[in-house]
Amino acid sequence: MIYRECGVFKATYGADMAIFPIPLDRWGIILILIVAFIGMPFLASDYWLSSILIPFLVFSLAALGLNFLTGYAGQLSLGHAAFMAVGAYASLILYGRYEVPLLLSLLGGGLVAAAVGTVFGIPSLRIKGFYLAVSTLAAQFIIEWGLTHWKWISGGVFGTVDTPPMEVFGWLIDTPLKKYYLVLCFVVLLTTFGKNLVRSQVGRAWMAIRDMDVAAEIIGISLFRHKLLAFAVSSFYAGVAGGLITFTYYGAANIEAFNLMVSFHLLGMVIIGGMGSILGSFFGGGFITLLPIFINQFARTFGAVFKTDLLACMELIIFGGLIIFFLIVEPFGLARLWLTLKEKLRLWPFPY
Amino acid sequence: MNKKNGNPMLQVEDIHISFGVLKALNGVSLEIHKGEILAIIGPNGAGKTSLVNVINGVYHPSRGHIFFEDKDLTTLSHHHIASLGIARTFQNVALFKGMTVLDNIMVGRNLKMGSNFFAQGIYWGFAQREEIRHRQVVEKVIDWLEIEHIRKTPAGMLPYGLQKRVELGRALAAEPKLLLLDEPMAGMNLEEKEDIARFILDANEELETTIALIEHDMGVVMDISDQVVVLDYGDKIAEGPPEKIRNNEKVIKAYLGTSAKK
Amino acid sequence: MIFAIEVAIGGLLVGVMYSLVALGFVLIYKSSGVFNFAQGDMTLLAALALVGFLTIFPLWLAILAVLVLMIALAIGIEAIVLRPLVARPPLALFMATIGLGFLLQGIGQGIWGTDPKGLNIGISDMPFEVKGLMVSQFDLVGAALSGALVFGLVWFFQKSKTGRALRAVSDDHEAALSVGIPLNKAWAITWAISGVVALVAGIMWGSRLGVQFSLSLIALKALPVLILGGIDSIPGAIIAGLVVGASENLAEVFLGPYVGGGIQTFFPYLLALLVLWFKPYGMFGREIIERV
Repeated sequence: MIYRECGVFKATYGADMAIFPIPLDRWGIILILIVAFIGMPFLASDYWLSSILIPFLVFSLAALGLNFLTGYAGQLSLGHAAFMAVGAYASLILYGRYEVPLLLSLLGGGLVAAAVGTVFGIPSLRIKGFYLAVSTLAAQFIIEWGLTHWKWISGGVFGTVDTPPMEVFGWLIDTPLKKYYLVLCFVVLLTTFGKNLVRSQVGRAWMAIRDMDVAAEIIGISLFRHKLLAFAVSSFYAGVAGGLITFTYYGAANIEAFNLMVSFHLLGMVIIGGMGSILGSFFGGGFITLLPIFINQFARTFGAVFKTDLLACMELIIFGGLIIFFLIVEPFGLARLWLTLKEKLRLWPFPY
Repeated sequence: MNKKNGNPMLQVEDIHISFGVLKALNGVSLEIHKGEILAIIGPNGAGKTSLVNVINGVYHPSRGHIFFEDKDLTTLSHHHIASLGIARTFQNVALFKGMTVLDNIMVGRNLKMGSNFFAQGIYWGFAQREEIRHRQVVEKVIDWLEIEHIRKTPAGMLPYGLQKRVELGRALAAEPKLLLLDEPMAGMNLEEKEDIARFILDANEELETTIALIEHDMGVVMDISDQVVVLDYGDKIAEGPPEKIRNNEKVIKAYLGTSAKK
Repeated sequence: MIFAIEVAIGGLLVGVMYSLVALGFVLIYKSSGVFNFAQGDMTLLAALALVGFLTIFPLWLAILAVLVLMIALAIGIEAIVLRPLVARPPLALFMATIGLGFLLQGIGQGIWGTDPKGLNIGISDMPFEVKGLMVSQFDLVGAALSGALVFGLVWFFQKSKTGRALRAVSDDHEAALSVGIPLNKAWAITWAISGVVALVAGIMWGSRLGVQFSLSLIALKALPVLILGGIDSIPGAIIAGLVVGASENLAEVFLGPYVGGGIQTFFPYLLALLVLWFKPYGMFGREIIERV
């Protein structure tokens, strides 16, 4: 399929630096967007929309945020779900208590999460490696405690705050389809923003810090600015994702939905999907979201009905096993596998 | 060739620095004049890299001053110093192995790029125009160093000689006034050394970059440098044009009469 | 005042047990340079296996069986997970141990079930009096056992030939390879030792809390101990364990009521963060100097 690139010569640097320099890829993405925006109402059932597509999109967004921090900037973060929780509660308080318009509330949730994330990112200026990884766990536990014990936020230790009905510019967002569109718009916009960031100087500075931060600093890249920026941006994305999933999926803000296991799921998405890859975040998000469903279907086809407990154990085994597998075999995850596949297809059907 | 014109560009005065009990530099002074190539030589452990690190701002001397274009650098951060127009390469190649050659060199433009992160996220408009502008400068550097064919290769996959060249490109992309090169030819074969020597000379003449380089290969030093400074155990034991240094007794003794005679 | 001392002592005793878990981490790190995030899950696995074996074997045989299991596990882990990753950066190995943790969790609970089980090894929990202070007998025994194990391990690492070889491996495993130290044997040994530590910790904590999923979370408690003490320092793990144990207890009892309780979960982390800011490698950790 080397004909993909036939006749594709870039006449300007602008063309070379485009997100999809090969026209066939560009058409591919346009097709996907068309299906996503226009095709879905006809193709997808309500179940698919609300139980599969929405979580997939939201968690991919959160994984994308984590990817900025861990995959691009190289700062391992083990407590990222906590920032989703901050966004969830913040956006709920803004919308439910102060009646800030929904879109602004969601963005506001992201901003609050970004602020909190920046504070928890401060240790990265002095601490490195495993020490930093473990201190990110502090974020998880401290935030969990703060959100549940601070009555102003949660209304008590068993705080579960229901979401009021959603309204955007007077439209009621009550059907799965409308919720899906809300999520889709956010995800497409934020992903584009993110892609732009990583192909610009910010992205390069992050990768430089990941690869050799001592050298990066000496040649003039401010570690202070860029490390904190990485925490801020990644927490912003997590916060928006947290708000979105609270409003469109859970229907209530509950700290249990953002516990330590979710943090590890996010990390798994990044590792399996591909570190340092935008596409990888979606691969990872899709994979982890669909995994339980696959296992269930798989079990059913064999006539076996597994207890929920056993299913959960199988999920753990597969999740853990795959993390190890990918680290050994393809550390750049599914995204790299995808690229390798495309490379092989370049020469198809003439392999040699 | 006498290139002295006016105040020296870089003035290093009486620098002392220690690491624990090890006295790395013991009152070293030197001058670099605009447009010249200064070689810093000396046996291993003489303090050459420490000197460069001090000039660069990575270490701060316990005593002494450094003036760059009459500005006192001694207490400035290396970030600040880099923005004043001093760039460097490293002894062990400090390339960002996970990034392409093009990206590595683009990183060298970091201090010249002004757009904030928000504009970059939006990209279309201001940030894109700036990216293209800087890309043009970087492409000139790539062209100049004859590495167009590997510009999209991840730096970690390149052979050692090319990695060193890319690192040179990254430093040049910053359009520095003063370029500090720490053993730019270490571990290279004859051909590669000739290439790099050519690039260094071209950078000095065409791009008018003042250069200070640490080097062990005496042949190279004699060929391309205007001035030579010799360090030994933290002291400056000689300085002057290459011909004078080659016959200096102290220098010969420091090297135990090895490649100083050529 | 008496109460405060009792709380502190209780905390210290718990702290010794934290030290034990932390020691498991430090040992693996000291000899293979790997930060084994799966240590807690290994503890859980050991405890689950023990309870499982106790239904068919007498106590001493059950313990032996678990020992064999842990050693076999260690050899397996070395071959399947560690060896392929030997040339990779330490962060990759770290993430692999995260995955390993889940794997072990899933396997353990898959085989022996997820419902909480009791573990009774014959030590009563009756408090008794020492000079006017109430001390839990169980805590005392736990502390004593843990302390003994700690001493034994320290001696092993510092004095024995194998211990020296293991320390060399941790410093630079490629260099150790080049001097002829059999890497896979060294790693297998360390992980086996770690497995033994996990077993003892599993017995202690399992008896105390019951054997269930939350046992693996003990490791999460040990993490702040590790970073407080330094991940490659045995004395660090011991001292930090005591500090964390005592301070978390004291904080919960005396500060807790003012802020609604539940501080023990994060207080150690907060403490560790504060210390790390001033000593980025822990109180006794070895500083890693990067040269460019």
